[in-house]
Amino acid sequence: MNTITTKIMTKVIFSGLLLILITTGCERSVDGLEEADLSNNPNVFVDGFSGGLEYAVFQGAVLNAFQVDTEVTSDGTGSSMRFAVPDVNDPTGSYAGGTFFTTTPRDLSEYNALTFYAKATESVPLGVIGFGNDLDQNKFTAEVTDFRANTNWKKYIIPIPDASKLTSEKGMFFYSFGPIDGKGYTVWIDEVKFEFLGTIGQPRFEMLNGEDQTTNTFTGVTTSLSGLNSIYNLADGTDQSVSSAAAYFEFTSSNTSTAEVDALGNILVGAQGSAVITASVGGIDADGSLTVESRGTFISAPTPTRDAANVISVFSDAYDNVDVDYYNGFFNGDGQTTQGGTGTGGADLIVDGNGVINYTQLNFVGIGMFDSVPSIDATEMTHFHVDIKVNEAVQSGDFIRLLLLNSVGDGETSGSFTISSSILLQDSWLGLDIPLSSFTGLSDRSEIGLIFFVSDNTVSNIFVDNIYFFKN
Amino acid sequence: MRSQIKFKALIAVVLPLTFILNCSSSNEGTDWQLIWSDEFDGATGASLDQSKWNFEIGRGQNGWGNNELQYYTDRTENAALDGEGNLVITAREESFEGANYTSSRITTQDKLEITYGRIEARIKTPFGQGLWPAFWLLGTSNSGEIWPQIGEIDVMELRGQQPTKIASTVHGPGYSAGNGISGDYNLTNSRFDTEFHVFAAEWFTDKIDFYVDGFLHHTVTKEQIENAGNEWVYNDPFFVILNVAVGGNYVGSPNQSTRFPQSMTIDYVRIYSE
Repeated sequence: MNTITTKIMTKVIFSGLLLILITTGCERSVDGLEEADLSNNPNVFVDGFSGGLEYAVFQGAVLNAFQVDTEVTSDGTGSSMRFAVPDVNDPTGSYAGGTFFTTTPRDLSEYNALTFYAKATESVPLGVIGFGNDLDQNKFTAEVTDFRANTNWKKYIIPIPDASKLTSEKGMFFYSFGPIDGKGYTVWIDEVKFEFLGTIGQPRFEMLNGEDQTTNTFTGVTTSLSGLNSIYNLADGTDQSVSSAAAYFEFTSSNTSTAEVDALGNILVGAQGSAVITASVGGIDADGSLTVESRGTFISAPTPTRDAANVISVFSDAYDNVDVDYYNGFFNGDGQTTQGGTGTGGADLIVDGNGVINYTQLNFVGIGMFDSVPSIDATEMTHFHVDIKVNEAVQSGDFIRLLLLNSVGDGETSGSFTISSSILLQDSWLGLDIPLSSFTGLSDRSEIGLIFFVSDNTVSNIFVDNIYFFKN
Repeated sequence: MRSQIKFKALIAVVLPLTFILNCSSSNEGTDWQLIWSDEFDGATGASLDQSKWNFEIGRGQNGWGNNELQYYTDRTENAALDGEGNLVITAREESFEGANYTSSRITTQDKLEITYGRIEARIKTPFGQGLWPAFWLLGTSNSGEIWPQIGEIDVMELRGQQPTKIASTVHGPGYSAGNGISGDYNLTNSRFDTEFHVFAAEWFTDKIDFYVDGFLHHTVTKEQIENAGNEWVYNDPFFVILNVAVGGNYVGSPNQSTRFPQSMTIDYVRIYSE
């Protein structure tokens, strides 16, 4: 995340300074030869900035959304942090967000929670609040989404996933609050500090949100683990889940020749075989696992060679792609079952740097370019290209119908082309250059906003690559 | 700055107060003699010393009178020594004899029955919605009386969904169930399910004092009960019970957040007399 740093240290709060001096004075080793210990100052913003604390605004956020407020405070003393969240379409920024950090790291390993008080002008979910954002590697971020705040001050607790790792941390507190239903609001936060709370217990950890998943994949594929959570039980008996950075976890592969996993949960798939990836935090096994089934070498679709000047690309690593709303519209209300198209840039699989879409449970799926991005003007184009590989037996009656929609939702027209079972290939790439004139019914192609793949469940598992229009 | 001064002042007041309370909290002058104990030393997975304990099996009547959901067994899956000097009573989510949960309930009935004394155990509780661990005593029915006439002394019971709070309660005729004479004890910076705590009742002819970690938190006197027009039924033999119930009127049922299995770990039970 890019940031604009603004130092707000004009007011050095006396009490904060005093506390540091006292603390280091007590902790310093007698012989004086060891390197001085890092400060273990627990205070972030308690009635004012703690010593050494700075503030940076996140990119795209309102610059002055954060102000020190001396009128509204949780305990009637000092000051609080006030965050003014903008209305939607505010020209000065689309949200309020930033991080409070120190230039000299602190040792937070003796604490087990970040706590603070908060209230808001109305009942709202508090976007994202966390710590560990140091404007550098953000190695130990931990965050909670949608704490509920209302007009009364209330104490909030973010358990530290594994405090033993926070021996040298700069990221003290960060936040990101957006408009709700288009409207802004104001949030006050006070008494932000690290604490050791004996009332926090029963840690539990999750990878893949605690699910046991399987991925069928190929040699050379890279993927990363998500859904990393730490869950602690609080004094009131409720569980608090904290979305936790990978660096808190230790990852293990049962078979490193099939799958290697690094310290940040990045997986590199190797030789054909099976491997189970598991995780733990501080010796406690995490719930959830990923079984990696490597099918060996992946055969990629041929790399396109047409001159980019004659191509409008929707999905290909050979060209710059146009902006796309989504590679899977999930029209579940219309009965869609199709999964896939949800990875980075739509790629479910990245093999040696080349992204491939893997649609599974296919009945129909749409790639959209009409909602928040321009539609495609293919007037000058003559053909539509796509590479498809069917990952199952092709049977008589199977088909994939390609459907192009022009002017979506506003004088919409469409044209389709059906790939029949006699053309589809099992386990081999099929490259098609289809004349746009073959999309019967497509009278206008100046605003193509949706590309559908329709199989009506006859074909359910396909790889797709190199979707583009071209001029012959 | 003002708040810091206030805070210091508060500490200055609280510290001496705690000190005073601790000083007044042991019935000084009482010379307790250990007369019975189970330290739960033994091999990992071993069952209880049956010369000291009985298992109560099954679902009782109406879920032991409280609509509890578990089936109590004498299996080592539900009660066994851990090899580290503790007894572990484990509640499990499993279909068993028509119930959806199993657990254990053990008593010293007919093996250790006492009148007056100090009854003490060091325990780490389970946690989670619907778990109900307890360390308590019931009067014997030797003279044919039935509950609540026989009396009940609950040294510790906890709602799993409130892991920082226990209750100590006496039940007798006219003051039973929801009308028991009860006192809560809250931990402010610890939990009952993550660390061991020592629970004790000191039972005299005219009062019962309840302690957590040496802190006297609740006292019930004969005078208080009689002044309310009720009967002091604590002059006859009682026996000790340890159990982990699942569900029931006191705690409600487990829900999605409840993690099974859940265990109550008991380091020891010690009985003293004057």
